[in-house]
Amino acid sequence: MHDSPKGKRASLFVTCMVDMLYPETGWAVVDVLEHLGITVDFPPKQTCCGQPAFNAGDRTSAKQVAIQFLKAFKDAEAIVTPSGSCAAMVRHEYPILFADDPQWFDEAKRLAAITWEFTEYLVGGLGISDLQLRLPKRRSFAFHDACHGLRMLGLGAAARTLLKNMDNAVVEELEESDVCCGFGGVFSVKMADVSGAMLKRKINGIQECSAETIVTGDVSCMTHMNGGLARTPSPKRVRHIADVLADGLPDKPS
Amino acid sequence: MKVTSNDFTSTAKLSLMDDEMRRSVKQATTTAYQKRIDLMFEAGHAHGEALRQRAAQAKRRALQRLPDLLDQAEAKLTANGAHVLWASDGEKVNQLVLEIITRHAVTSVVKGKSMVSEEVGLNEALEDHGIEVIETDLGEYILQLADEPPSHIVIPVIHKSLTSIRDLFIEKLNMTPTDDGHEMAQFARRVLREKFLTADMGITGGNFIVSETGSICLVTNEGNGRMVTSLPRVHVALVGIEKMVATLEDFAILTQVLPRSATGQSMPVYTHMYNGPRKAGEPDGPDEMYVILVDNGRSAIFNSGYAQILTCIRCGACMNACPVYQATGGHAYGWVYPGPLGAVLTPLLVGLERARPLPHASSLCGACKQVCPVDIDLPQMLLDLRHDLYHRRAVDPILKWGLKLWAFGNRFPALFEFGGRIARLLTGDRSLKRLPGFLSRWTNYRDFPPFARESFRRQWRERRGD
Repeated sequence: MHDSPKGKRASLFVTCMVDMLYPETGWAVVDVLEHLGITVDFPPKQTCCGQPAFNAGDRTSAKQVAIQFLKAFKDAEAIVTPSGSCAAMVRHEYPILFADDPQWFDEAKRLAAITWEFTEYLVGGLGISDLQLRLPKRRSFAFHDACHGLRMLGLGAAARTLLKNMDNAVVEELEESDVCCGFGGVFSVKMADVSGAMLKRKINGIQECSAETIVTGDVSCMTHMNGGLARTPSPKRVRHIADVLADGLPDKPS
Repeated sequence: MKVTSNDFTSTAKLSLMDDEMRRSVKQATTTAYQKRIDLMFEAGHAHGEALRQRAAQAKRRALQRLPDLLDQAEAKLTANGAHVLWASDGEKVNQLVLEIITRHAVTSVVKGKSMVSEEVGLNEALEDHGIEVIETDLGEYILQLADEPPSHIVIPVIHKSLTSIRDLFIEKLNMTPTDDGHEMAQFARRVLREKFLTADMGITGGNFIVSETGSICLVTNEGNGRMVTSLPRVHVALVGIEKMVATLEDFAILTQVLPRSATGQSMPVYTHMYNGPRKAGEPDGPDEMYVILVDNGRSAIFNSGYAQILTCIRCGACMNACPVYQATGGHAYGWVYPGPLGAVLTPLLVGLERARPLPHASSLCGACKQVCPVDIDLPQMLLDLRHDLYHRRAVDPILKWGLKLWAFGNRFPALFEFGGRIARLLTGDRSLKRLPGFLSRWTNYRDFPPFARESFRRQWRERRGD
């Protein structure tokens, strides 16, 4: 069901949040891919995948945004994105969103089959589990499984493997690493009190964790957890897996 | 039961402040969740997953042939001497039970656990007619004493601590004070034993009906089900029409996943199968047995895009796995069925207008689907219900117009980029501690990071060209 991306050009879907809030994470993805000799392009017409509207129930708006995605990536051979959630939206929800739309359905199916989350692309798609990376100093990490990546794409193992195979990286386990941080997109403002209670539970777990840094695969969850951590005395922060891996590159380009 | 699901947000807020309740719920759900994992996968992960898929197939097969299976079960039960009655709604259920009560001169009733009876408000209806009704599932009995609704479908009393139960027994039943849970259970057992021996009628639910044999299947752990169905003269089983399974073989699959998912047991303490009333020469059983097949909104679901929810076997695993349920407890959901199951089923049974917040009471983390023993795609149904809500214009105007504006901006990359630059001007270089209006709900609990000075797309253009 998933086309092999080997030998194909990688088109970066940077995601709206990385584009506007964390451009360095976008570069981390580019640097790691280019370190492996992969050709990366950035289709400039891309915006968002449409998930915020889809999850809010507004499928008309979601479709408008998704069509922009289909147009932007019309020449793509393989799409790589630093988000399990956005990848799951394209792979699982686009075929639903365009089920009754003969004009776009085939293209939606085609892009659904060539869209990869970053770590999934490396390990599952290219079959690379050791990126030959080395951190200058010994550092400890623990992984928080972002929900959509974990349950809609079956991720988790790939990122841990990449991290474990980086020299000087010690990987520990975060208690309840597979329990949601409470973000949930619009849920975080619509049901803010419940979301806040879920965040508190996650923050408590992070504070008790022995690892220096928490790593995750989605900047949305990262934003949520870091936003909560900023209100505690804890110096711990959550980082995106691409940023952590890029720290281990021989000498950071760009 | 009264529906208060539209108050979810405010009730949940109160629940979040109830530390004792939250401790009890967190402890019980995490224990059940862990025990489920241990037992579901005791023969390996692949085996447990395969069992789950076989269970899902058994229920989906039954759903496809539901009308036929119901007819077959009715014929079998009737041939075995049971009376089969059909109830289209809650009022009809209560009317039928009252008619049976009159016919057999019943004055006192003992009940096993039945969520359908909660749906239709049976206890209140019977009490209004001067009938004594005693719940005999220990959890339900405690709630009856406390005059509270259940907050979990398998562990109805999950929200109560042992000390609050002790105080209740002392106050209502003059129990000699003790903090020993086992002693308290023994005490309740003695009280309930009297009720079993004197009741005229027993009412139960039913976990499954095997249509090829006409068997009402009931799984219990306390043994109360056995006494409710064998000691009184009359047994009435209230069963939702979706509880059908075609064959004993299918039942054998489902009876493996139900206790594992519900309580983390490889099998329940008691598995009962009732085919009819006591026959001549048999030592025990009721003189009369009635089976009331309850629709109460289920046919409409059967004919909708949500039919798969009718394959639910009511194990409660989705509640135990749900971080929202674990935070709020069950009462916030405002009706009989809480948690992810309730978030889907309540709007479908009582109407979306009376349960508008429920499809949104989820972060869509997917833990519910992962643990569901019959693999119901609860998150997808929540998304579909949100779509229905949006279509009926039951949506916050700020959110609605915000999304439209956002979608417009996303159709034009230049406008999208411009939006980012405006946002940068507004946020500046630092994290935001406080946002205005609607967005203050974000900053009530977390900071918001600054927008980037230069977006990725701009940096890419500058470094790499178009």
